[in-house]
Parts: sequence; structure tokens; C-alpha cells
Amino acid sequence: MTGTHPVLETRDLTIRFGGHVAVDAVSCRFDPGTLTAIVGPNGAGKTTYFNLVSGQLPATGGQVLLYGEDVTRAPAPLRTRKGMGRAFQLTNLFPNLPVLENVRLAVQARAGLGLNLVSMWSAHVELIERAEHYLERVSLLERRATLAAELSHGDQRKLEVAILLALEPDIFMFDEPTAGMSVDEVPVILDLIHEIKAQKDKTILLVEHKMDVVRSLADRIIVLHQGQLVADGQPEEVIASPVVQEAYLGVGKSA
Amino acid sequence: MITTLLSGDRMGSRALTAILAAIVLALAFAPFIFPGTRALDVAAKVCVFVLLVASYDLLLGYTGIVSFAHTMFFGIGGYGVAIALSRMEVGWAALAAGTLAALALSLALSFLIGLFSLRVKAIFFAMITLAVASFFQILASQLSGLTGGEDGLTFRIPELLRPRLAAYYLVFGAALALFLALLRVVNSPFGRVLLSIRENEFRAEALGYRTVVYRTIANCLGALVATLAGALYALWLRYTGPNTTLDFAIMIDILLMVVIGGMGTMYGAVIGAAIFVVAQNYLQAGMKALSESLKGAPLLPELFHPDRWLLWLGVLFVLSVYYFPRGIVGQLRAVR
Ligand SMILES: Nc1ncnc2c1ncn2[C@@H]1O[C@H](COP(=O)(O)OP(=O)(O)OP(=O)(O)O)[C@@H](O)[C@H]1O
Ligand SMILES: [Mg+2]
Repeated sequence: MTGTHPVLETRDLTIRFGGHVAVDAVSCRFDPGTLTAIVGPNGAGKTTYFNLVSGQLPATGGQVLLYGEDVTRAPAPLRTRKGMGRAFQLTNLFPNLPVLENVRLAVQARAGLGLNLVSMWSAHVELIERAEHYLERVSLLERRATLAAELSHGDQRKLEVAILLALEPDIFMFDEPTAGMSVDEVPVILDLIHEIKAQKDKTILLVEHKMDVVRSLADRIIVLHQGQLVADGQPEEVIASPVVQEAYLGVGKSA
Repeated sequence: MITTLLSGDRMGSRALTAILAAIVLALAFAPFIFPGTRALDVAAKVCVFVLLVASYDLLLGYTGIVSFAHTMFFGIGGYGVAIALSRMEVGWAALAAGTLAALALSLALSFLIGLFSLRVKAIFFAMITLAVASFFQILASQLSGLTGGEDGLTFRIPELLRPRLAAYYLVFGAALALFLALLRVVNSPFGRVLLSIRENEFRAEALGYRTVVYRTIANCLGALVATLAGALYALWLRYTGPNTTLDFAIMIDILLMVVIGGMGTMYGAVIGAAIFVVAQNYLQAGMKALSESLKGAPLLPELFHPDRWLLWLGVLFVLSVYYFPRGIVGQLRAVR
């Protein structure tokens, strides 16, 4: 199945909300070992594009191909089981469950154990240990027993990333993972993304506003503007291109 | 040993442990501690309702499913046993046939209801269950040839269960075993997924859980246990009628018991059912005593007149929900 097909591809992917075309015929391929930064002004359609790719919203047109297989109509859980992993822009946790349990549920999903009704969850020690491992990687292990809702905003963002790591996906989709984090918290997340990149076989999509972050991480940048893909290429080229200067950087959006 | 039996579900409070132990011991030795048929009736009813409420908690408290069809499944169990035992030769074969047929019908119905409506909004699901349950109630009263209509069915039970002691211990043992099984389910990997669905279904889907499958399984399991509770209740009463099983008043009782005990705790079902059933049966008597002792005082005897017991039950509920919004179990765990 792999080989000739790109890991992920969208063809003319489109969604319309009433008269408003939020994502407009976006065609793009993503390859393993590559981090693609997706940039564009607020409301450009970046998050909506992610929602279409990972199945949170149904496309009104076009296709999503995963290893060459059409998954445009496949529900979100199936896409996750096929290797897509998503960290959400707006923190999206299990608020009244402990931090550790938030991650353990992801580990359990990955292990395919959800339909086990007869054993005690606490008896699956290996799942708990793996969840602890991922919490440690985002430096949240001390907060393991805290309810997710009681975490600070920055820690909730970290937990969001730990959940994504725990899914062990082939495709990582980060939607502004460092937004709203304090300056000293950001490096933890950036180091993690560097580590994932270093694994070489992972496909990474990163929506990010901070241009310094984009410069340091991206192998490629695509630019969305009013739902359309307006630029795609090497970071230096794209950043220098007039269309980006005008449509994006010109707007003065860099924070 | 105890931990395994309780599936590692921590009490989280000394007081809770003590109360639960007291209830379980009282039920286990009820025939010897509390003399009289009335008391044993109350104990058996507590056992049945603990099970019924626990199975409802699986839906409401753990999965966040609001269903009004729980008494329907309770009724299916009751009528299954009643119809089999009144039409077939009285014996274990009839009992087994009635129970199995009831379980099959409940499974099919809960699966269909789940299939058609669990995908959509919770409010729609609640309406569907309400409609199906009302339909079933009408059906049971119309098919009077089969169900005995409004009068219900009185029947004989297998020889071995005729002594009250034997029947009681069947009810107690089965309720205990099924309760522990439910406790295992909610503490299994599956049960954790149910919690995640209650918390954030969208996120559970994004983790790869097909939530509709989990909700359907929970819905079917809840229905099956309610059916068994209905079968046990029928065996105990040797009677099944609309007012002992299908009545919406019972649905409301179940809701109150879950809320009073504490949603999503399982142990809450034990406490909620025990308090509720005992209050239902003894509040009137208690008030009669109180009212008589207050004779001569102005207004008070009137206020505590036994006919006002429903009013006082209502006051008790409002107070308990107001002061313990997370139920008694939630409250006990919070003070710790
Ligand atoms: N469910 C929806 N219904 C209607 N309109 C929507 C919906 N989701 C997104 N939109 C619209 O689509 C457009 C794109 O939104 P989107 O959230 O994808 O932008 P974004 O590029 O992620 O912006 P930001 O940088 O602020 O996160 C916006 O105009 C938004 O209002
Ligand atoms: Mg966005």
C-alpha cells in the first residue's frame, strides 16, 4: 500500500458553510520524514482543513487519501486507527478525569483494548506505564493525579500533546501547539517535535503563527489564504514570496 | 480478594465503607435480623432495586445516556417469567424459557433503539425511549389475553423457591453477583471508555473509539440487567402487573435513586435504593407514630399526618439534591 502513494494527500478538498467556502479546492501531498508548516492569517481555514483531513468535519467536495486509500467518507475513529493523530487548537480534553487517565485512554485506544469488559483497567499496568512515559516527555508527570480541568492553560496544552504522542500515529497534526504557552514552556514542545522529526518516518503537519518556530522546524511551508492554497515550497522561498508578504506577513501577523 | 471482587473500585471514604458494609450485612441476614413478611418484602425489593438502579447508572452516570425505557426492560423480565410460568408447566424449564425469551427480546429492542437513535442527539434518544416505553405500556394493557391487562398475572413458582427463605436468597445472591459484574464492567477498559464518552465524546472519537459501538453495548447491557432484575422481582412477588414494572412512576423512582445515591458511582445505587425503598415503606408508619405523639399540639399532628408522607418524601428529595448535588456517595468521598 505504501511506496508509490504519498502517506497523505488531499485532492480539491473543499468545505462550504452556507455561502462561505472555508476550504477551497486544496490539493496537497505529504511525505514521511517531512514537517510541513501550514500558515495563514486568522480565519484562513487551517483548522478547518485539519478537521477535513482527520474526519471531524465532512467534506463537501474533493478527497482525502491515506496511503492512496480514499478515506473522505471514513469516520474520525477509523482515520485515527489508520495512523492519523491530532492535537487540537482549542484544548479538547476529558476535563473531569485525571491527567494520567487522559493519556492512558489514548494508550488504551492505541492498544485496541477498549472492548475488554472483563478485566480491571488497573490490571493493565503496561498501559499505565506507557501513559506515565508520555506524561514525563511533556514534563507533566508530577500532575498525574490532577483533574485535567484544573491544569493551567499551558499544562493543558502539554497534556494535549501527550495524548497525541500516546496515540503513536504515523501522521502528527499539531494545531498551534504552543499558543498561549509561557515562554519557558515552549521549548519542551519544540524539542518534542524535533524528536519526532528525527525519527524520519513520521509525517508532521504543523499549524503555527510564530515565524521563528516555523523557520526552525519546517522543511516546507504551505500558505492558506481565504481557504485557498496560495503558496507551497521551501521555507525561504515561501517566506520571501510576494504573495506571502502581502497575504500573510504583510498583515503583520507574527505573534 | 475483596479488591478483585470489587474490581479495584475504591470506596474512597471510611464512612462510605461502613454504610455499604452495614447495608450488605443487613440484606445478607435480613431474614434473621428483621422478623415479619413486610420486612423481608422490603429487603427483597431493595435487592432488586439496587440492581435496577445500578444498571441505570451504567447508562446515565457512566455513559451519559438518558433513557426512559428502563422500566420497559424491567417489565419485559417480569412478564417473561410471568407468562412462561402461567402458561407452561411450572418448573425450572419454564423459568429458564421465560427468562431467556425476555433477555432475547430486551437485547433485540435495546439494540434496535440504540442503532436508530444513539447516533443522534441525546434529547432525541430520550424521546425515542419515552415513546417506545409508552407504546410498550399500552401494548401490555391491550394484550390482556397474554399479559392479564391491568390486573397483571399471578402465577406459581418452582417448588424449591416456594419457601420465602429460598426465594429471598435467590434474589439476594443473584442481585449481589450481577452488581459485582456491573462493578467489573465499569472498572474495565471498556468502562473507562464509557467515562470518556460522558466527558467528551468528540475527543473519544478522535482517540479512535467508535463511540456509537460503546454506547450501544452499554445500552444493551443495561437493558439485559434490568430484564434480570424484572425476572427476580416477579419471582419474589409471584406476580407481574403494569404497576409493579412498567409504570412511569417507577422510572422516576429509579432516577431519584440514582441521583440521591450519586451518579456514576455504582455504590450510589446501593445507598440510593436502600434509602428510597425503606423510606417508601416506613415513612408512613414513622409519621403515624410521630403524629400521634404530637396529639394536642397545634397544627403539628396535621402536618405529620400519615397521608402527607408523599409530601415529606418530596421534601427529603429536594433537600438531598440541594445539599448533596453529587449524591450521597459523591458527598462522602469529597469530605474524606
Ligand atoms: N463549523 C463551522 N461553521 C461555520 N463556519 C465555520 C465553521 N468552522 C469554521 N468556520 C469558518 O471557516 C473559516 C476558517 O476558520 P478556521 O478555524 O479554519 O481558521 P484558522 O485558519 O484555523 O484560523 P486561526 O488562525 O484563527 O485558528 C472562518 O471564517 C470560520 O468562521
Ligand atoms: Mg485555527
